[in-house]
Amino acid sequence: MSRLKDLQKNLFGGSSSNARQFGMIFTLVAIVVLFQILTDGLTLQSNNLIALFQQNSYILILAIGMLMVIVAGHIDLSVGSIAAFAGILVAKSMAEWSLPWPAAILFGLVIGAIIGAWQGFWVAYVGVPAFIVTLAGMLLFRGGNQFIGNASTIPVPEGFRQIGAGFLPEFGPNTGYNNATLLLGLAAAVAVVWRELQARKTRREMDADPAPMWISILRMAIMVGVIAFASLRFASGRVGTSFPISGIILLVLVIAYSFYTRNTAGGRHIYAVGGNSRAAELSGVKLKRVNFFVMMNMSVLAALAGMIFVARSAASGPQDGNGWELDAIAAVFIGGAAVSGGIGTISGSIVGGLVMAVLNNGLQLMGVGTDRVQIIKGLVLLLAVAIDVYNKSQGRFSIIGSLMRPFRRDDSAPPASPPDAEREPAKVAVSG
Amino acid sequence: MSDVPILLEMRSITKEFPGVKALSDVNLVVRAGEIHAICGENGAGKSTLMKVLSGVYPYGSYEGKIIYQGSESKFSDIRASENAGIVIIHQELALIPGMSIAENIFLGNEPRKRGAIDWKAANRMALDLMARVGLQENPDTLIKDIGVGKQQLVEIAKAFAKDVKLLILDEPTAALNEADSRHLLDLLRGFRSRGITSIMISHKLNEIEAIADQITILRDGRTVETLDVKADGVDEDRIVRGMVGRELSSRFPDHTPKIGDVFFEVRDWNVRHPISAERQVCKNESFVVRRGEIVGFAGLMGAGRTELAMSVFGRSYGVYESGTIIKDGKEIVLKSVADAIDNGLAYVSEDRKAIGLNLLDDIKSSTVAAKLSKISHHGVLDEVEEYQAAEAYRKELRTKAPTVDESVSKLSGGNQQKVVLAKWMFTDPDLLILDEPTRGIDVGAKYEIYGIIQRLADQGKGVIVISSELPELIGLCDRIYTVFEGAITGEIARADATPENLMKQMTSTKKMLTR
Repeated sequence: MSRLKDLQKNLFGGSSSNARQFGMIFTLVAIVVLFQILTDGLTLQSNNLIALFQQNSYILILAIGMLMVIVAGHIDLSVGSIAAFAGILVAKSMAEWSLPWPAAILFGLVIGAIIGAWQGFWVAYVGVPAFIVTLAGMLLFRGGNQFIGNASTIPVPEGFRQIGAGFLPEFGPNTGYNNATLLLGLAAAVAVVWRELQARKTRREMDADPAPMWISILRMAIMVGVIAFASLRFASGRVGTSFPISGIILLVLVIAYSFYTRNTAGGRHIYAVGGNSRAAELSGVKLKRVNFFVMMNMSVLAALAGMIFVARSAASGPQDGNGWELDAIAAVFIGGAAVSGGIGTISGSIVGGLVMAVLNNGLQLMGVGTDRVQIIKGLVLLLAVAIDVYNKSQGRFSIIGSLMRPFRRDDSAPPASPPDAEREPAKVAVSG
Repeated sequence: MSDVPILLEMRSITKEFPGVKALSDVNLVVRAGEIHAICGENGAGKSTLMKVLSGVYPYGSYEGKIIYQGSESKFSDIRASENAGIVIIHQELALIPGMSIAENIFLGNEPRKRGAIDWKAANRMALDLMARVGLQENPDTLIKDIGVGKQQLVEIAKAFAKDVKLLILDEPTAALNEADSRHLLDLLRGFRSRGITSIMISHKLNEIEAIADQITILRDGRTVETLDVKADGVDEDRIVRGMVGRELSSRFPDHTPKIGDVFFEVRDWNVRHPISAERQVCKNESFVVRRGEIVGFAGLMGAGRTELAMSVFGRSYGVYESGTIIKDGKEIVLKSVADAIDNGLAYVSEDRKAIGLNLLDDIKSSTVAAKLSKISHHGVLDEVEEYQAAEAYRKELRTKAPTVDESVSKLSGGNQQKVVLAKWMFTDPDLLILDEPTRGIDVGAKYEIYGIIQRLADQGKGVIVISSELPELIGLCDRIYTVFEGAITGEIARADATPENLMKQMTSTKKMLTR
């Protein structure tokens, strides 16, 4: 009993937000297992996993930016159109102005930055709600894409395609696996262990008891196991395939932005603005600058996502990026962000995005038509957020928390209580 | 009094939340036609008791009996209690700002004619109800266009529209200025003479002493005693003793000020209203603060004290026009809040929930929020240092929370205020501006906050205290400026500070110096 409690409390950290993430990861695992069974093992096959990552990396990149926009209390509806707009300009720059592809990528990012500055200006300095600014942007840049591209497609050269369709190269002895992918997996495993030990050290420095050692070991074992399994799968795909380049880009971005949002003042400021903008302002946070930054950053990431998509499909077209904004927003909300801002994590959004991706992929493998896939995805989004809202109204925080509720009676954490009774637990907890 | 019929009796009410007993065995007897005050520190269970009474916590979710008008009542929701004539007016007014007075009075209760709202009848009835509460306004006026005092009256008129027999007021004067408070208290006396029974929850003990017939005191979810104000000769000290369970010899800690030289000065400060530029909110205001000195700013609500403080604090209010700030002999220009913080200013706002804290945060991130650079190395936050800083302040200020990981939304008002104070102490300010630092805080916590303020002053910091409670200013401050309609009208030394003296200056433009 108490071990179970320890497990629930500590497996993914102790706080409620971590418990929520644990719930999300639990959901993701459940969905993967479900489809693994329903598709007779197709879901976790190397080729399917690789395709899954390639097909969804750009949505997940968008989810990173969207998380920051939503945490700051805004929304961005224009990302699909911006992706398409940047994509067509980059394709054209290579096809007609014969820009070399590395320069074209840079050019694409600059376009994203300029568009982002445009939108950020209206949101932060004029005060037009982001919903309106980006709704306008959605029309503007979709039209822009079709105007520039004459509503036709423009192919992109081979080198450029690598960022969307390329894989880690083969090198070294023939192990039957892709060595680069294996090395990447090894590095990830080492990083996970190092991080866990680091976290234990930090806990001790904060005079708090770290989780019991067996929990840390279990947690590391699970993570390392998942990493080992994934790297073997990615390393053993069809010849010429391995871990996709776009996946590497995504990984780098996830690590960098997670660090930024968690461990820097700039990241804290985004949460502060979303939590209470007036209080943030009176604490010295430069409100306009933060709002400008999140909007601009989103557009840069949208341009990047657009380029990766163009690279993968080998050409830029007028319908690129249609509906992406909705996928990205759904990922963020399934990942536990609050509609009113101030709450949410990058990792949660990625997990949320993966839940949608696996769902999509699994249903397609089962031969379910896009019509029904959309219906199911819509219901999943509604249900995920509804459960979250319900749990919050009950003073609970996570799906898993509520599942584990019967086991938590002897938990010493302050009990859930209606708002007016909030003061009493605080009083009780210190009597003594 | 015992010959007067009992209107309401709550018998051994016990209400439990998971893990917490909010009320245990509470008894309350209210006689018809009296004003019954309920006192207790924050968390004593006053609001919970009223929620039990008004059906917010329905019958069955608590133990005990409610006998109302001679028979047991089992309210299933607020509607049920309202139908029985029990109306509760919450501290946070439940009015819709964009609707008119009449619309608000009849919200959910609209007079109808053939299915459509009969606005003619509504306005006529509204005027009648407004007359009963002494509110002279056009019923078509929007709520957002009238002051908070009048809004309170609209709430009461709304209660009358429901044919109230027992009126419950939760902190009715908390947001009101002196004049509006007095009007409200007069109104309650008028209701009493017309046989309407009122229950009033208030932290303002002087008001309770002045108006209540009976006082029931709660502490830690239990009934301590019920006092008859006239028969028992109850005064404020007596109430405080009941509330805190011990003799509170003084409401203010002993303190010998160590006042140094003038180090902060504001000269000829002029600020205009942010929206209507013709309104001048600060008119040529000048003041000085010495090291180690606690300086008070007294004034009626709307006198422009908060506006003055915020405009000095990095121009966070209004449109700056002219004026200089001199600190340590040098002129400084504070164009943003960040500038102000960097120059050693701190401003603790009057409304900690709306603009003082991010309620989604925990204690530790709130503590460091105004000076993240202090716990950063090369732009990276150090979680351990953050924890240590927060923990140090939690111990120093005796913030009641299990750990600094606790969400600030779960703390009581007094403890939230300590977190806000910690947040600004963490910035190492030379000058702290505290705007209503004890609003909505119970007696015990107030005493602690006063002690913290005095310690800060003794460290050589200058402290400005803005407060609407004159006894607080008189008890705490070494020197008090009075503000009236955006201008400083007086400067009163501690020795000369009396409520009468201050009041005179706060309500007139004539400048009088008693220093």
